[in-house]
Amino acid sequence: MNTKPKSPIFDEMNADDGSLRDIYQNYAQWLKEMPDGALQRKSAEAELLFRRLGITFAVYGEAAGSERLIPFDVVPRIFGADEWRRLETGIKQRVKALNAFLHDIYHDQEIIKAGVIGADQVLKNAMYRPEMCGIDLPNQVYAHIAGIDLVRVGQNDFYVLEDNLRTPSGVSYMLENRRTMMRLFPELFARHTVEPVEHYPQMLLDTLREAAPYGKSNPTIVVMTPGSYNSAYFEHAFLASQMGVELVEGQDLFVHNQKAFMHTTEGPQQVDVIYRRVDDDFLDPLAFRPDSALGVPGLFSAYRSGNVVLANGVGTGVADDKSTYLYVPDMIRFYLGETPILSNVPTWRLSESDDLKYVLEHLPELVVKEVQGSGGYGMLVGPTSSKAEIEAYRLRILNDPANFIAQPTLALSTCPTLVESGVAPRHVDLRPFVLSGKEIRLVPGGLTRVAMTEGSLVVNSSQGGGTKDTWVLED
Amino acid sequence: MLSRTADNLFWMARHIERAENIARVLDVAHRSALLPLDIDGTEAYLWYAPLNITGCAEGYEEKYGLARCKDVSYYLALDPDNPSSIYNCLRMARENARSVRGAITSEMWESINSTWLEMNRRNVDMPEDQYPEFFEWVKERSHLFRGVTLGTILKDIALSFIRLGTFLERADNTARILDVKYHILLPSVSDVGGAADYYQWGSLLKSVSGFEAYKKTYRDVISPQRVAEFLILRDDMPRSLHACMNEVETALISINGNSGREARRLAGEQHADLHFGRIEDVISQGLHEYLSLFLVKINLLGQEIRNAYLSRRDVYETQTQVLLSAQAQ
Repeated sequence: MNTKPKSPIFDEMNADDGSLRDIYQNYAQWLKEMPDGALQRKSAEAELLFRRLGITFAVYGEAAGSERLIPFDVVPRIFGADEWRRLETGIKQRVKALNAFLHDIYHDQEIIKAGVIGADQVLKNAMYRPEMCGIDLPNQVYAHIAGIDLVRVGQNDFYVLEDNLRTPSGVSYMLENRRTMMRLFPELFARHTVEPVEHYPQMLLDTLREAAPYGKSNPTIVVMTPGSYNSAYFEHAFLASQMGVELVEGQDLFVHNQKAFMHTTEGPQQVDVIYRRVDDDFLDPLAFRPDSALGVPGLFSAYRSGNVVLANGVGTGVADDKSTYLYVPDMIRFYLGETPILSNVPTWRLSESDDLKYVLEHLPELVVKEVQGSGGYGMLVGPTSSKAEIEAYRLRILNDPANFIAQPTLALSTCPTLVESGVAPRHVDLRPFVLSGKEIRLVPGGLTRVAMTEGSLVVNSSQGGGTKDTWVLED
Repeated sequence: MLSRTADNLFWMARHIERAENIARVLDVAHRSALLPLDIDGTEAYLWYAPLNITGCAEGYEEKYGLARCKDVSYYLALDPDNPSSIYNCLRMARENARSVRGAITSEMWESINSTWLEMNRRNVDMPEDQYPEFFEWVKERSHLFRGVTLGTILKDIALSFIRLGTFLERADNTARILDVKYHILLPSVSDVGGAADYYQWGSLLKSVSGFEAYKKTYRDVISPQRVAEFLILRDDMPRSLHACMNEVETALISINGNSGREARRLAGEQHADLHFGRIEDVISQGLHEYLSLFLVKINLLGQEIRNAYLSRRDVYETQTQVLLSAQAQ
C-alpha cells in the first residue's frame, strides 16, 4: 500500500501520479545514464568557472568589497513550447498595461477619473513623481526593462508575485547560466532543441536605440552604474560590454545646456540614452536626494527637456509598488479591454481594517511584506517563522499597517535540484525579462531562482537562493 | 574613451608592472644574500636597497626598525598594510580591471582575476625558501598578462593607455634600481673586476633581465659605466630608460587629440635627451643627479598625462566649458 501522502505541491518534473512530465522525459533518461558523482563534479566545475569569470555579487551588510557566488544549480528548469506561449502572451499583456498606466497617471489620469483606482493610491504614493507630469517619452514607454516575477502552483496556474519596473537585475545570470550549461553539458543540448536566449543583449540594444530622443538614428547609449561596489556591478559591466557601449558612473557625466555629456579622453561627448542602474533618488542631487554622490547634477532637467532618455524612466516605482500591484488586472481591463491572462496572488491590504483583522489572526499561515520592500528583506514567512519572530513582526505591522500587505503562503512548484543528498525537489520561481521599445520583446526563458534549503520558499539571492538555467523547448 | 576608463587602464598596467618590479628587486636581494659580503651589518645593508628602491623605507622602519630579510620580504611582498606591496599591487590592478571590465577582453580579465585569486590562496606565513618561487610566479603572471593583452585586445586607444602605464612605470623602476644599486656598489669600485664585483653588478643586470643581453652586447667584463649606459641609453634593451621612453612617446602620439600637447612635448624632450645623450656626459653630471632629475621629469609627465586625459571635474570642467562655448560659437 502506498502510504505516501499526496503532495499538494506541483513538481516540474514528476506528475502527481509519479509519472514523468513529457518535457522532462528526455532529460530524466539522460540523468539516469549519468554515473554516480558526475553531476557533483560538473557542479564543482561550474563553481570554478563562475569564480574565474568573477560572476559574483556583494551582500549588503558584509565587509565592503566581499564577493560571493550565487549558487548555480546544474539541473535545468524546463518549459514546453505551449506553456511558454501562454506565459509570454500574459507577460506582454501585463507590461503593456503597466506602461499605459504610467503614461496615463503622468498625463490625463483617466484611470483615476474613471474611478478604477483611487487618487490617493496613486498621487499620495511615495514613489509617485509629480515632476514627471506632462513629460512625453518616446513611444510612451516608461519601463523599458521589466522583470516580472512568477510562481507556479499547478499545471496551468501561474501567479504574478510582483512586477519589477525600476532596475530589475538578474539577466546576466540568465545568460551566464546558459553559457555554463552549454559548456558543461554539450550532449544535453544535442538531445534537446532549446530556444536560444543569447540574443538578449542585442534585443536590449535595439530597445534602447528605439528609445532615443527625437528618433535619432544612431544614438550614443551608455550603461550607468552606481559603481564597482554595487551588488549587481558584474551585470552592469557585462551588459555594457555585450552591447559594446560605455559603462559610466555619475562622475563620468555632466550636464551642460540641458544636454548630457560624458568626459572622454577626446573631450566631452553627448549622450542620448542612459540605461541607468541607479535608483531615482540618487540620479540627480539637484532634483532628488541632495546627498547623492552617485548622481549627475542637472540630469533630471536634461531629461525633462527631452535631450536625454533614461531607461527606465523616472517614477516607475509607483506602478510596481506592492499596493498598486493589486490593480494591475484592472489596468489590463481598463487600457487594453482584455481579460488578464496571468492572475495576481490574492492579497490583503492591511490599510483596510477587515483585512488587517484577518491577517493579524492568521499570521502563522501568511506571508507579509512591506509595500515598498524588495530583495526579500523585511518580510515575514509565517509558516517558517518562530513565535517570537511573528510577535515582533506583529508589532511592526501595528505600528504602520498601511505599509504592509499579506498573501497566502503559496505552494510554489518544485524542480529537481542538486543538493548534498543528491537530486531533490526544491521550490522555484521565474523572472522573465521584458523589453519595451516600439514593440514588446522577450527572449524565451528567464531567470529561475531556487531556494536551496529544503522546504524554504525564499528564493532571493541575498537570502541564499540559487539559480538555474531555464529552458524553453521548441515544438 | 571615458576618462575614468583610461585612468583605470593606465593604473591597471602600472600596478601589474610595479608588482613585477618589486618581485625582481626582491629576487635579486635574495640571491645576493647568498653571497659572502664582509661588511658589518651585512643583512641590514643589503636589505635596505629594496626598501629604498620601492620607496617603502619609511613605512617599514616604523613597523619593524632594522632591515631584515624576513621582514623586508614580507613587507614588500605580502603585507596587506603596505600600500605598495606586491599583494596590494595585484589587488589594485584587479580592482582597476574590474572597474573597466567592458574595456578589456575577457581573457585579460580572467588572467588578472585568477592571479588575484591565486594570490589569496597563498600562505600568508610563507617560509623563506618559498619566496624565490613566489617571485618567479609574480613575474610569470605579469608576462602572461602582457602577452594576453597584446594577443587579444584591439589596437586602439585602450591599448595605448595600457602601454603608457606599463612603460612609464618601468622607466621609473629602472631608474630607481640603477640609482640605489649604483650607490651601494660604487664603494667597492676599488676591486673592479673582482669576483664579488662581478656578482654584484651581475645581479643588478639580472634584476632587469639584462645579464645575458649585456654579455651579448658588450662581450666583455661588467663595468659600472657600461651598465649605466646599457640601462639608460641603449634603445634595444627592453627595460632601459631609452626603450621605455620610446614606447611612452609612441603611445602618446597615437592617443593624440586636442589636449595633451604638454605631455607630448615633455615625452618628446625626454626621449630626445636619451636618444642623443652620451654616457660620459651623464657620468660627469653625476649619475645620481641625472637619475633624480629623470625621476622628477617623468613624474611631471605623469601629472601632465593625468591632467590631459585621465582626470575629470576638477581641472577638466573648466576646459570643458571653454571647449563647449567655443563649439557653440
